[in-house]
Amino acid sequence: MSEKTTPEPAAQARKHATDPAGPPKAAQSPSGADAADAVLDTAESDVVLDAAGGQIPPSAVPAATQRRNLDGGASVLRQIFAGNAMVSVLSVLLAIVLGGILMAVTNPKVAATAGYFFALPGDLLTEVFRPYTALVQGSIFNWAGADLAAQLYPITETLTVATPLICAGLGVALAFRAGLFNIGAQGQIIFGALFGAYAGFAWHLPVGLHLVVVILAGLVGGAIWGGVVGLLKARTGAHEVIVTIMLNYIANFLLLFLLTTPAFQRRGSTNPISPFLDSSALFPGLLGPQFRLHAGFIVAILATAFVWWLLNRSTIGFEFRAVGANPSAARTAGINVSRSTIVVMAIAGALAGLAGIAQVSGTEKYLSGGVAASIGFDAITVALLGRSTPWGTFFAGLLFGAFRAGGVAMQAQTQTPIDIVLVIQSLIVLFIAAPPLVRAIFGLNPRKKKSTRGSTAASTAGGVKSGAAA
Amino acid sequence: MITRCPAADNAPDQIHTHRLVGVLKLELRGITKRFGSLIANDHIDLVVEPGQVHCLLGENGAGKSTLMNVLYGLYDPTEGEILIDGKPVVFKDPGQAMAAGIGMVHQHFMLIPVFTVAENVALGNEATKAAGLLNLESTRRKIRQISEQYGFDVDPDAVVEDLPVGVQQRVEIIKALVRDAEVLILDEPTAVLTPQETDELLDIIRQLKRDGKSIVFISHKLREVKDISDTITVIRRGKVVGQAEPTASPTELASAMVGRAVSLTLDKAPAKTGEVTFKVRHLTVIDHNSQHVVDDLSFDIAKGEVLAIAGVQGNGQTELTEAILGVQPHASGSITLDGEELLGRSVKHVLGAGVGFVPEDRTLDGLVGTFSISENMILDLYDKAPFARGVGMKPGVIADNAAKKVEEFDVRTPSVSAAVGTLSGGNQQKVVLARELSRPLRLFIASQPTRGLDVGSIEFVHKRVIAERDHGTPVMIVSTELDEVMQLADRIAVLYRGRLVGIVPATTSRDVLGLMMAGVPANEAEASVAAHSDSRPTPAAVPDAAGREGETHV
Repeated sequence: MSEKTTPEPAAQARKHATDPAGPPKAAQSPSGADAADAVLDTAESDVVLDAAGGQIPPSAVPAATQRRNLDGGASVLRQIFAGNAMVSVLSVLLAIVLGGILMAVTNPKVAATAGYFFALPGDLLTEVFRPYTALVQGSIFNWAGADLAAQLYPITETLTVATPLICAGLGVALAFRAGLFNIGAQGQIIFGALFGAYAGFAWHLPVGLHLVVVILAGLVGGAIWGGVVGLLKARTGAHEVIVTIMLNYIANFLLLFLLTTPAFQRRGSTNPISPFLDSSALFPGLLGPQFRLHAGFIVAILATAFVWWLLNRSTIGFEFRAVGANPSAARTAGINVSRSTIVVMAIAGALAGLAGIAQVSGTEKYLSGGVAASIGFDAITVALLGRSTPWGTFFAGLLFGAFRAGGVAMQAQTQTPIDIVLVIQSLIVLFIAAPPLVRAIFGLNPRKKKSTRGSTAASTAGGVKSGAAA
Repeated sequence: MITRCPAADNAPDQIHTHRLVGVLKLELRGITKRFGSLIANDHIDLVVEPGQVHCLLGENGAGKSTLMNVLYGLYDPTEGEILIDGKPVVFKDPGQAMAAGIGMVHQHFMLIPVFTVAENVALGNEATKAAGLLNLESTRRKIRQISEQYGFDVDPDAVVEDLPVGVQQRVEIIKALVRDAEVLILDEPTAVLTPQETDELLDIIRQLKRDGKSIVFISHKLREVKDISDTITVIRRGKVVGQAEPTASPTELASAMVGRAVSLTLDKAPAKTGEVTFKVRHLTVIDHNSQHVVDDLSFDIAKGEVLAIAGVQGNGQTELTEAILGVQPHASGSITLDGEELLGRSVKHVLGAGVGFVPEDRTLDGLVGTFSISENMILDLYDKAPFARGVGMKPGVIADNAAKKVEEFDVRTPSVSAAVGTLSGGNQQKVVLARELSRPLRLFIASQPTRGLDVGSIEFVHKRVIAERDHGTPVMIVSTELDEVMQLADRIAVLYRGRLVGIVPATTSRDVLGLMMAGVPANEAEASVAAHSDSRPTPAAVPDAAGREGETHV
């Protein structure tokens, strides 16, 4: 290695002698001094200089880094959507507590009973808990009901309201597992309802067959509206969030327009509503005519089981999950990412379309401009709360169904505005989106090591200390 | 065997410096760090003398980075103390460590991509003008001054995300120097660098040392550790297992690091070459800038031989493997395997034709980090029997397969259902290999098969590659590590700017290969090297880009 020791100081000396301010590339290549040395050498060195210069290393490496950066953005979403179950449960709990405080503070009766709290503390507590008592009474079990049917009515309402939420939630959750943020459940519900309702009132088919055709039509309608998104994403790279938001508007206004055309508007009506669906096109009731609960709920359970099987036990779902978790590795393993994108959006759309069918064939029995209500947007929250797993989404859908069903009873009985339910739903989203906050509130943050943002942690600790001192 | 540069001893008087002697002696005494029941550092003692390059050598997961995070104030040590110039200090956070003169360059840079160099350097330490306005001019001036002093060639107004990784790393070093760091910790600084950038970095380290700065250099790469260090401390499983001189042989260092005898040379029998089954003809790839990134490439690989594609990174290797795999849409020419045309076919078809592929970036292209080991083991076979029938998958078969492969490839994991992202790099690569080598192959391609792996894993991977060759499979290795190319190859094809410079036997000298990697045709390179060894003993005419490899030849 004696050869190594000689050139090094020489090169360094040259670097500083000839071009102290020069870039290292220039400095490393023998400039003037070497050219004088040997003509042949310089010719070769120039080539080498090129090799060391700008041309080679830059291209590949930063590109990879950038790809990772993009990945970073998506991973935040992934963390939120796939956070642990405990955070979901705690978020619901926190939201309910905060919602309770909000209701107590805004309720004049609470203020009144607080005046004699020490005399009769029971009164205050009764007032504070009254809205939630009403909520439970309106969503699960009404102990004040005259007979068993009246007592059980609330839980059947919850299941009825939950049905479209579960179906649409599955659509959002499935798309998310494939790495797509499907904001378009609203539009897909509308298309499902549109196709299904038309098949339901315009065609007159035998009992049994008719309902099947209606369901298929709804699935196709939703699949088209979702598939368009996948197609645009796969073929042109259009971002699915933008596309789905825009398609929601298109679907909504298309529905409003169609309901004023002779093909869809109810004859003799000036309102933008469709004729009633044939009775053969409706979901049969599950418990009898006094309940609204219909067979659509069974379909929702089947859909949940199907999505679970699809994701965890089928090759198609394996592709979806691989594409969602690492599209680059999926492509390298021979998975057709474009096809997966289109197929998953079509299936997601079909699931949302099923929610549309649950509306027109189950609860509403005709098509109106408000058929999708805000189900498509609530579905995002449901999928979020369910951590994008099929059964998680199912139970989150039930919870939201209970909020909706119970909220009506709460308003009727205690004059608490039903909007409080919206507040609670929003709080849930807020807490789910901030897992460290929830863990901090419940004291669950791991204290094992400091994060790389040590300074932040330290300053927070300092803040706590000074607070304690004060 | 003196590899370190003597310039450090006599150079200061020739070179413009702003501080001639280091002022800071750093000492760690009995540092212990526990995470729960895991002992990451176990009573580690370390002394970093001023003006020295002190290497911490150890395998991945040995506790090097934990130790440095303790030193940098990111972790509280469970036991032990840090002394600066003999006085004990406690760093509560990196800010205090920085104030005491300790700077750290993390393996993954802490830069804001959309900010300029000056903004990144100023961040956290912003100079202000009147009314609290940001004074970037003073930062720019400092950057220019440091850049000039050390030959960094960094433009203060360049946006960081546009800069090559090597330059980004210099920005990190500038950040530390602007804050008057006397001890610079470099955590695996060469892991992300090309060989050329590595050489430039080592030059920078030599200059910093000459300037009296101490450097703590964390690495598991023996060549560069031997090249740059004054003192080597070997860490294994959280303990200091010994000090070594840079003159120690690579085998000694590797054995100390791994804790058992390792062989750095590969025993391989001469290739038993069969018929030529893999043919590439006039392959051309044109990128979105209309550049010919792969330019009229033609070569053959016979059964039972290893063809290594050598070249500096970014000379078309990635595009070449992409074209063979079928993910490169802008390729023309012809690629045939056993007479079947592969170009233009889907990835699935190519893999189905019997091509095994180990991608160059295993975390990006080779594995799905959140998937279990079982699932990653069948990432390309998920829809084939026996793992699936129709569209239904068979979890039992998949788990059994994984259990068998984990055993066979010695993947260290508590369970086959563990997420692959939790494994170390070496074990991840074993998962990729296990998957790709688990079916009958007619061509095996491995791109950078040992990048980022420790010595033990490298040994394992190399053995597997040669075993596949001896099994009669044509093997193509793409590597920017000349060591690896020379160890594995039966023939070496050198790429330069997408063109084939030449295909030479594996016995070709490093010097010739180095010149070829810079675009010099094989015969000229031979002649030039021969001429040099006759007329001049020093390869001074072969500068850093290609020559360094030759100079450090052990």
